[in-house]
Amino acid sequence: MNKAIVLYLHVHQPFRVRHYTIFDAGVDHRYFTAPYEDRTSNERIMHKVAEKSYLPTNRRLLQLLNSHPEFKLSLSITGTAIEQMEMWSPESLQSFKDLCATGRVEIVAETYHHSLAFFYSRSEFEAQVKMHERKIQEVFGQTPKVFRNTELAYNNDLAYWADKAGYKGILAEGWDAVLGWRKPNFVYEPTYTKNIRLLMKNYKLSDDIAFRFGDQNWSEWPLTADKFAHWLNESGDATNFNLFMDYETFGEHQWDESGIFSFLEHLPRHWLQGEGNSFMTVSEVIDTYAPVDRVDMPNTVTWADTERDLSAWLGNGMQSSAIHALYALEQTILNTNDLKLIDDWRKLQTSDHFYYMCTKYFNDGDIHAYFSPYANPYDAFIAFMNSYHDMRFRLSEKGIAV
Amino acid sequence: MLGWELPPNNSGGLGIACYQLCKALAKKGADIDFVLPYTAEHPGIDFMRINAAHPQDVQTVLKAGIAYDSFKYVKDTGEVQNVDIIGQSMIYEEAVGRIVAMGSFDIIHAHDWLTCRAALRAKMMSGKPLIVHLHSIESDRAGKEFGGNPMVREIEALALMVADKVITVSQHTKNAVMREYGIPEEKIEVVHNHFDASSLEPSSGDNIYVYLQRMKELGYRVVVNVGRLTIQKGLPNLLHAFREVVKRQPNTFLLLVGDGEQKFELIDLAAQLGIADKVFFAGFQRGKAYRDAYTVADLFVMPSISEPFGLVALESIGYGTPILVSRQSGVSEMIQNCLKVDFWDTQEMANQIAAVVKNDALRDELHKNSHREYISHSWDKSADKLWDVYFRHTEGAVT
Repeated sequence: MNKAIVLYLHVHQPFRVRHYTIFDAGVDHRYFTAPYEDRTSNERIMHKVAEKSYLPTNRRLLQLLNSHPEFKLSLSITGTAIEQMEMWSPESLQSFKDLCATGRVEIVAETYHHSLAFFYSRSEFEAQVKMHERKIQEVFGQTPKVFRNTELAYNNDLAYWADKAGYKGILAEGWDAVLGWRKPNFVYEPTYTKNIRLLMKNYKLSDDIAFRFGDQNWSEWPLTADKFAHWLNESGDATNFNLFMDYETFGEHQWDESGIFSFLEHLPRHWLQGEGNSFMTVSEVIDTYAPVDRVDMPNTVTWADTERDLSAWLGNGMQSSAIHALYALEQTILNTNDLKLIDDWRKLQTSDHFYYMCTKYFNDGDIHAYFSPYANPYDAFIAFMNSYHDMRFRLSEKGIAV
Repeated sequence: MLGWELPPNNSGGLGIACYQLCKALAKKGADIDFVLPYTAEHPGIDFMRINAAHPQDVQTVLKAGIAYDSFKYVKDTGEVQNVDIIGQSMIYEEAVGRIVAMGSFDIIHAHDWLTCRAALRAKMMSGKPLIVHLHSIESDRAGKEFGGNPMVREIEALALMVADKVITVSQHTKNAVMREYGIPEEKIEVVHNHFDASSLEPSSGDNIYVYLQRMKELGYRVVVNVGRLTIQKGLPNLLHAFREVVKRQPNTFLLLVGDGEQKFELIDLAAQLGIADKVFFAGFQRGKAYRDAYTVADLFVMPSISEPFGLVALESIGYGTPILVSRQSGVSEMIQNCLKVDFWDTQEMANQIAAVVKNDALRDELHKNSHREYISHSWDKSADKLWDVYFRHTEGAVT
C-alpha cells in the first residue's frame, strides 16, 4: 500500500502589545513597539526566531528539496509573520521564497491576522482571508487551495463555508472524540459539503516531534528518523500521515541541542527507502485519494490542550470581555476608513493576545507561560484593554461617539 | 520616637502621619530623636534628628514586607540569614536597645506593632513612660474581627498592656482596641490624623490621565480609589457596587491606583461582572500620576472594611474631589460633609455613587463643604493633645 507523509508547518508571529498603560492611552498610539530589550519587543523576538529557527530550518529544507526530488511539504504563513519578516528579517522571507521556488512547497490559506474572526464576524473573517490570499500571491506567486483556520479551530460551519468559497481541502485536528474507531491517516469528507476534503492531524505522531522530541523522560527518547520511519511503516492501513505542527518546532520549541535538525535532515532518506513511500502536499493527497468516510463536527475543535476546544483563548472572563469589546468596535472602526486604525484593530484580533490571558495553567507555569511575553495573564489583559481604550480615544478625536 | 517609615520612603499613610505629627510637635518645642529601621536621606526634615537603628538600606526592609504586612516571609537573597518582617522588628529591637543604653530621653513614643518590641525593651531598660500610638491593628489588616497573625496579636496585646498610654488615630480604632485586647477605655486617647493642606503638592499642568480626561469631556464620569489592593480595603464590594452603577450610568469609569496581593482577584472579578472595559488598573504610582488620579475623578470612594484613619480621603478633598467613605473608617468621624456607607452595603454604595456621577451639582456642593472642614482641621490640634499626654506622664505625673 502506498503511503505519504503530509508535512505541514505553520509559521506565525503576532504583534505583541507592549507594556501599554493607562498613561499611554490617548497619548501614544503605538501599541506594538516595545523597547528592543523588552520581553514584548516583536523585533527582538523576530531576530531570535529567525536565527534559531527560520534560517537554519529553511537551509535544511532547501537542501532536502534539492537532494530528494520526492520531498514535498506544505506551509502556512500568517500575514503578520510576513510583515515582520519584511521589516526585520528579509533574509528569512527570502529563504521561504526560495523554498516555494522549487515548486514543491504549497502554501495553505488562513486569516491574515491569525484571528478568531470566524466566530465573531463573518464579513471580517472573509476580509482577512482575502487579505491573506493577496499577500501570498504577491509574495510567493501562488494561490492557496486548502484552508486552515486559526488554531485549527474547526466545525461543520467552517467546512461549509470553505466548500462554498471554493477550497478543495480543509485542515482539522484528528481528535479521538470525533474520529472514534477511525484513524486520521486517510482523506475524509466533511458532512453537509459538496466538493471539499478534510485532512485530520495525526496528533500522536505530530506531537512526538513537536512536543515530546526533546523530553528525556519520554520512554521513546531519543527519537531517531530511522525509528520514526519504522513506526509509520508498521502502522497498518493508511494512505497519508498528517504531520501538522508549528514551524517553530524546529529550533525554537525544540532546540538545536535536542537533535531536531538532524532528525529533519534524515527523515526523508529513511522514509523514502520504504517501498511505495512518498511525501505529498495537502492538495496532492486530496487529488490522489478518494475520501473514505464523512466526518461530522458540530462542536468546535482546536489543536490546543487536552480539551481541544477554544477555552485557552476564550475560557475566562478577561478573554471574553476583551474579545467582545474588540469586535463591538468593528463597524465604527471600519466606517472611519482610517487605514492605520483599522490595521491596529486587526492586529489586536490575533489570537495570541487572548492566549496570553489564559489562566487555565497559570499556576502550573507550563506551556502557556513559556509562550507568553508577559509576567502573568493579568498584565496581558491590562495592556490589551488600554490599547482598546486608546482606539476609542482615536475614534473620539474623529468626532465619533464612543 | 520609634517609627518604621518616613517620607519619601513610606509605603502608605503611616510614614506621612509620623512626619506631620513630629513636625507639629517640634513646633511646640519637642526635642525628637526619631529612630528608623533603615538609613536614608530625608530632605526637608530639619525639625528633628533621624537615626538609623542599624545600617541597612530601605530595600532590605521592604523585601521583608511593607509596614502593613504581618505575615509576609521573603528570603533575603545573598544573605546567610533570612529575615522576615518579624525578624526585622527583632533586629530593630536589639539596635534600639543599644541606642537606649547610650542616650537620654523623657518619654518613649512608639508607632504600630513593628516598633512595639523595641518600645518594650526601651521601657524596661530606662523605666521611662511608654506611649503606644496605633495607626492600625492586626484585625484591621486582616479585615476580620479577632483575625490576623497570632504572633502579631501577641506583640500588640503585650505592648498595649504595658503601655502607660495608648493613642489611636480614631474612635473606630479605639473601639477596636477595647474589643480586641480588652484595654480599658480610660487608657486610650483618640488623636485624629489630619492632612496638612499646606503640604499638599500642587497639581499642575495637563492631567496625565489623558484618556479619562477626554472621556470626561464627552460626558463620562470617573470614580477613583487610591490604596493597596488588599483585603482590608474592601475593593471587591466596590466592584459589585460599580456594576450596579454601570447598569444605570454606563458612561462611568472606575480608576484603581495601587498594587497588592488582591490585584489578580480584582481583575478577574471585574471581568466576571462584565465591567472589565470600565475599570482601570493603574498600578502603584507616585508623584504626578498619583496626584492626578484624585483630580481626574468626580468621586473618591474608600470602601474599607476597617480603616483606622484613611489619609487618602482627606488628600482627595484637598485635590478637589469629594469623598464616599465606609462608616468603618476614622475619617468618617472627622468629616461630616461626605457620603458614608457601611462597607458591606453594596446597594447603598451603588446608589450614592450613581447619584454623584449623574449630578455635578451634588458633586460640587459636597466638595465645597467638605473642603471647608478639611482646612479647619490641623495637625496643631493633634500636637496639643499629645503634648498634654507627654506632660501628664512626665513633669505632670503624680509620683
